[in-house]
Amino acid sequence: MSDEKKCITCPGCDGARDPKYDEVDKVIAKYRNLEGALIMILHQTQEIFGYLPEEVQRYVAKGLNIPLADVYGVTTFYSYFSLTPRGKYRIAVCMGTACYVRGAGSLVSAFEKELAVKVGGTTPDRLFTLEVSRCIGACGLAPVLTVNEDVYGNIGPERVAGILAKYRDRQ
Amino acid sequence: MAYVRSHVLVCAGTGCTSSGCKAVEKAIEQEVSRLGLDSEVKIVETGCFGFCKIGPIVMIYPEGSFYCYVKPEDAAELVSEHLLKGRMVERLLYRDVQNPKPTAFFTDIGFYKKQKRVALANCGAIDAENIEEYIALDGYQALANALTQMTPAEVIHVIKQSGLRGRGGGGFSTGLKWEFAARSPGPIKYVVCNADEGDPGAFMDRSILEGDPHAIIEAMAIAGYAIGASQGYVYVRAEYPIAVNRLSIAIDQARQLGILGKGIFGTKFSFDLSIRLGAGAFVCGEETALIASIEGKRGMPKPRPPYPAVRGLWDKPTLINNVETFANIPQILRKGAEWFAAMGTEGSKGTKVFALAGNINNTGLVEVPMGITLREIIYDIGGGIPDKKAFKACQTGGPSGGCLPASLLDTPVDYDTLTAVGSMMGSGGLIVMDESACMVDVARFFLEFTQEESCGKCVPCREGTKRMLEILERITEGHGTPDDIDLLVELSATIKGASLCGLGNTAPNPVLATLRFFRAEFEAHVVDKKCPAGVCQALLSYSVIADKCKGCTLCKKVCPVDAISGTLKQVHIIDRAKCIKCGACVPKCPFKAIVR
Repeated sequence: MSDEKKCITCPGCDGARDPKYDEVDKVIAKYRNLEGALIMILHQTQEIFGYLPEEVQRYVAKGLNIPLADVYGVTTFYSYFSLTPRGKYRIAVCMGTACYVRGAGSLVSAFEKELAVKVGGTTPDRLFTLEVSRCIGACGLAPVLTVNEDVYGNIGPERVAGILAKYRDRQ
Repeated sequence: MAYVRSHVLVCAGTGCTSSGCKAVEKAIEQEVSRLGLDSEVKIVETGCFGFCKIGPIVMIYPEGSFYCYVKPEDAAELVSEHLLKGRMVERLLYRDVQNPKPTAFFTDIGFYKKQKRVALANCGAIDAENIEEYIALDGYQALANALTQMTPAEVIHVIKQSGLRGRGGGGFSTGLKWEFAARSPGPIKYVVCNADEGDPGAFMDRSILEGDPHAIIEAMAIAGYAIGASQGYVYVRAEYPIAVNRLSIAIDQARQLGILGKGIFGTKFSFDLSIRLGAGAFVCGEETALIASIEGKRGMPKPRPPYPAVRGLWDKPTLINNVETFANIPQILRKGAEWFAAMGTEGSKGTKVFALAGNINNTGLVEVPMGITLREIIYDIGGGIPDKKAFKACQTGGPSGGCLPASLLDTPVDYDTLTAVGSMMGSGGLIVMDESACMVDVARFFLEFTQEESCGKCVPCREGTKRMLEILERITEGHGTPDDIDLLVELSATIKGASLCGLGNTAPNPVLATLRFFRAEFEAHVVDKKCPAGVCQALLSYSVIADKCKGCTLCKKVCPVDAISGTLKQVHIIDRAKCIKCGACVPKCPFKAIVR
């Protein structure tokens, strides 16, 4: 068994092949013959692993028989791809113009204070990652933020604690 | 088909989905079946109505009643009153900001009165996930007619005659673009739809894909026929999951009916579509960068010429149009070039969709004839500025455009006029700012955006935007000098002239336009070290006007860092060393005694 197939998530196991790689195999098989499919494959791979660590990028490069540099070039160019693990809940405060004009900046500060992390950071319990996003096109409800797939509109800093509590309670 | 006496249209665009329309729809559904009305009432999930601020929106036909801010707990009353007893529920009807009387019909609402919906015609009117609803409104008729009755040259002629120009921002003649692609020789060509809507504050493309995806499919197939392409790609932002989902459903449905695939409508023409997701890079809205991204590479632009019409995707001739441009095509072919050219101005025909946002009462998506003035959009449709604040500027063209002052409110909106006054049409973001916005800070905001999104391939853009941003940061932090303004102008000229693609060519625009109309504000920052709007924290210092202070202690109570001292009925004093400039004390003072 080659190194890159070893599991990278759970400490204390014997390093058996992570079944997630089987899912990646399926994705690669689906798109292998499609020209220019690298970005689509990386999208789905990131969905499987939650992020794109070096081992996974190597695995994709090998599977597609392309240089690792091509894969790394793409993962580092696009802001959608993350090379570091992210929290279970990703909070993205929209920083589009409409949201900015209506006070998205103070929202970010409020989250930074509540979570004690800076933008781009993940809480030590791996529960939340704080990000700022490009315009998500919900300008009519500015300022807007998303937590994974959930969208929240017309949010003031006073509602930050409540939103976080909602996700903490799900634990 | 069963006879249905009422249609309940529930908006399911991104805006209303965020406001909770799914729960409302479910509650109405339950209530309708509880009262046994299932066979008489049809509930339809539609695309965006445009008036996102007052969502979730529910419209009931045939009356055309427009209900807003609908909550799940309103469902029982709505169904039993309106659908069972035939009485409108007044408390849920729309009320104007100025006029407290409820407006029953959506056509009477100020927000919709001056609008002319062409590209958005079906958005909010049909179930986007049902191809039959699109077909019932003459959908795919233009494609059928083009394939069976017209030559490709005739199709291109009609588009040229209509005067349609690219809605993505460039404003290039769509007909000419099609002609160039058609003239390029080669057996393999591509049609690409640019749905990488990157301008912050613009969301019309998303709404069209969510509300009327079949119009895009139809238009792309027509374009394929006109230029001789049999494969199309829709390049759409990964940030738009609802749009991607609806478009996938629409493509599958079109394939099932043989509208996409081999031998469409019994002709020899074949065409198919596939979706490609973006991955968060603003520069991919530029057509050569978009092509690189579809090819699975880093989205970096290439010098033009050769233009994509000559050598594009996988080096084959490629036609790239924006979503809103495509949305106009089926109607132009159905209703004729003259019909389209009758709307708008001499140089800009038809309508334009604007995303109205910022400090304005009615936020949402509006479609207006070209040539309408900014004032009409902002005041008649947008309902003016909230909280009795004064209008300061409106920003058009996103990071490539500029802020226009109140003196230009009567400017007619078309491609050439907006460019002439130093902004641009762009993709149609229209952000209104009131007196509380600092123009220097807004310029800094846009430079921060373009600097971060610069792909780094060419030096003028990569280094130039970085230097401009540093200067602007310096100014907003109070370390600017008068020379900085000249330096900004000089850098702008170089970046505009020497950058490789549209991103760099237009990146300095927000700075140049704000300098042109709000120079005094820049000067206040560098000379007086003041931020007149009170936004730039470093330039603020709070103090109490002794004559006005009555010593009520309200400000002292609200200060989070105990920077205010003073006892009852004595003039209070702010300790500037302790003050963190949070501004909490200002609105608390009943005597307006605290100034920045």
